Amino acid sequence: MSISRRKFLGWIGAAGLSTALGGTVTAATTKHFEGYPDSRGVLFDSVLCIGCRTCEDACNKVNELPPPDRPFNDLSVLNEKRRTTPKTYTIVNRYNSSKGPLYRKSQCNHCLEPACASACFVRAFTKTKEGAVIYDASVCVGCRYCMIACPFEIPTYEYDKALEPRIMKCTMCHPRVIKGLLPGCVEICPTEALYFGKRKDLIRIARERIRRYPDRYVDHVYGEHEMGGTSWLYLSGVPYREMGMREDLGVIPAPELTSGSLAVVPMVVGLWPVLLTGIYAMTKRSDKIAEREKEIAIDKAVKAARKEDAELKT
Amino acid sequence: MFEETTPGRKSFFSLFNICAGIIVVIGLYITYLRFTGGLEAVTNLSDYNPWGIWIGFDLLVGVALAAGGYVTSAAVYIFGMKRYHSAVRPAILTGFLGYALVVLALHYDVGRPWRLPYPFIMQQGTTSVLFEVAACVALYLTVLFIEFSSAPLEWLGLKRARNIVVKLTMVLTILGVILSTMHQSSLGALFLIAPSKLHPLWYSPFIPVYFFITSIIAGLSMVIFESTLSYRFFKHKMDEVHLQEKNDIALGFGKAASFVLAGYFIIKIFGLSSGNNWHYLKTDYGTWYLVELLGFVALPSFLYAIGVRVKSLNLIKWTSVLAILGIILNRFNVCLIAFNWHLPSSERYFPHWMEIGISVFIVTLGLIAFRFIVTRMPILYEHPDYKDAH
Amino acid sequence: MDGVFYTLHDFMIHTENITYLLVIPALLGITVFWRLLAGKDDN
Repeated sequence: MSISRRKFLGWIGAAGLSTALGGTVTAATTKHFEGYPDSRGVLFDSVLCIGCRTCEDACNKVNELPPPDRPFNDLSVLNEKRRTTPKTYTIVNRYNSSKGPLYRKSQCNHCLEPACASACFVRAFTKTKEGAVIYDASVCVGCRYCMIACPFEIPTYEYDKALEPRIMKCTMCHPRVIKGLLPGCVEICPTEALYFGKRKDLIRIARERIRRYPDRYVDHVYGEHEMGGTSWLYLSGVPYREMGMREDLGVIPAPELTSGSLAVVPMVVGLWPVLLTGIYAMTKRSDKIAEREKEIAIDKAVKAARKEDAELKT
Repeated sequence: MFEETTPGRKSFFSLFNICAGIIVVIGLYITYLRFTGGLEAVTNLSDYNPWGIWIGFDLLVGVALAAGGYVTSAAVYIFGMKRYHSAVRPAILTGFLGYALVVLALHYDVGRPWRLPYPFIMQQGTTSVLFEVAACVALYLTVLFIEFSSAPLEWLGLKRARNIVVKLTMVLTILGVILSTMHQSSLGALFLIAPSKLHPLWYSPFIPVYFFITSIIAGLSMVIFESTLSYRFFKHKMDEVHLQEKNDIALGFGKAASFVLAGYFIIKIFGLSSGNNWHYLKTDYGTWYLVELLGFVALPSFLYAIGVRVKSLNLIKWTSVLAILGIILNRFNVCLIAFNWHLPSSERYFPHWMEIGISVFIVTLGLIAFRFIVTRMPILYEHPDYKDAH
Repeated sequence: MDGVFYTLHDFMIHTENITYLLVIPALLGITVFWRLLAGKDDN
């Protein structure tokens, strides 16, 4: 009986503690972070985009990616939905929306608090002060947790390489940006659907466009708050879900999603030794008491037997 | 699987050896393809599905089923349940082999396995739950190795080294529980970063607690299951103490598993209420969730309880299989089935036969190693030179 | 300290690095403390 009670108490204690600690979702801090000041971004205005795919061509040239299976001026590829691949950092898709055919360019959104950077266990991703989220292939182990983490399903992997597979994704042309140049896609866009500048300014510009043309735009700048905010911002004439963009991602940045769980680690390290040695000590004490009680009982029984013997003899 | 039990006369071409041999040859061939053709040559992984059964089964299920090590040694050394002492070495062996094979499987899955030490020696991604998993698994594998080493040291007659290892039992056991609590729960926490990809019935801030509690259930059930198999195939290796204690172990662990399953069931319900996810139960995924919760959590809890009450070892043994299948189902659900539930079926994942081939190959290596060790080293019996007082 | 970290990620890299490093002395310390407290008990 005493054993099950001890075990019961032990498990309740451990379970209660782990439940209480495991349930905390909030970050171990209540600080608010604004991001790097003067961080850059790109504003994509889907109302202006004509789906010409010139941006894909420029991206391919600037990043020295392999030649495509079908040429960039082949617009029949728009008949199917495509996603980023190890050979294409960005793609344009056509969507048949309530306002007719629309086009959206997809690429890494260079989040303010990137899920890929949070997930990477070798810190292969860096959010630069210029705004680009860049990848360092020299430390990547290839675990692909970043691909699990990215809510926009952007990172791709070179599964066909046996020795040097890499994650491939848009770099916001960081090497060009630090030299004062524009990203390849922004520079080439014939309709200026892409606009590069400080994120603060982009949001102002986007809001201004919405204010000026309320019938043309949906009153929401996608990326302003999604997943804690992204550097690639979108304007749309139709609800974003009609362009295949998820409207249910919420505003919590990725690092906050796992910070609660990470906070449990030091709690367990600090408290489990105390809890477990405490249980061990109680167990040993309980055993000692049981031993002692047994000895007393035997003693008593022997004394009683001797007394009986003596009484019988008289 | 049907070894001759007459000592000294063993046919090399037993059924098990032939099957294992074929599996090993196929496994080696797939290994060659994997490292010459890349992951694409042997898996159905894609950019939408970066993790397949090598993570879902070999890592997630493997680590859960190897939990018997910490659960059993905690029960015996921390909670003082000395009557289960004979279960410790088999559980530690299963744990050690389990974790060793998990690390082997990771060498197949990650893109550059020679870089697996990088998080420790190059750059530390300390914001990552995976960093914590990697650190804890590496440390715990070391702990398990040291705990296991007392058996081969006895076998080799290295008395002094063996005595040092045995003196470390308490420290290693406590460290083992600490490390196990952390990485068992963190394997679940991996998925916290992707709320948009995991079905709401499985995504919960309580995933880490769920994974930790189910690791206890898995450990308890695996000890019962593995004891059943050991009795079937290695009875001749078991000494008096083992044979005497094994029924009590099944009853005791069955009782514990029943209780923990019941507690787990309750906290799953609380998870539903916390997330206000009742309406999802009406959907197809909801039905599947109820299959997992009722058929593989509530039912084994109930069956274990009956088995303990009427002292039916047979029922307890079969229930342990059900409970283990439930753990496998849960890990598969979180990682593969309820994950990416929003994608069209054309983008969903199903393993390539070669992925299954490698997983079977790895399990087979484990069985071969288990058999080698158990037939030579004092796992199922006590070495006559080292009769420890209980 | 607020001026130094621009992102939650940078903040957490810093805090988690320190926390992980503190784990080692914490475990060693509590072990030593237990031995002192429990005295002659053989673990």
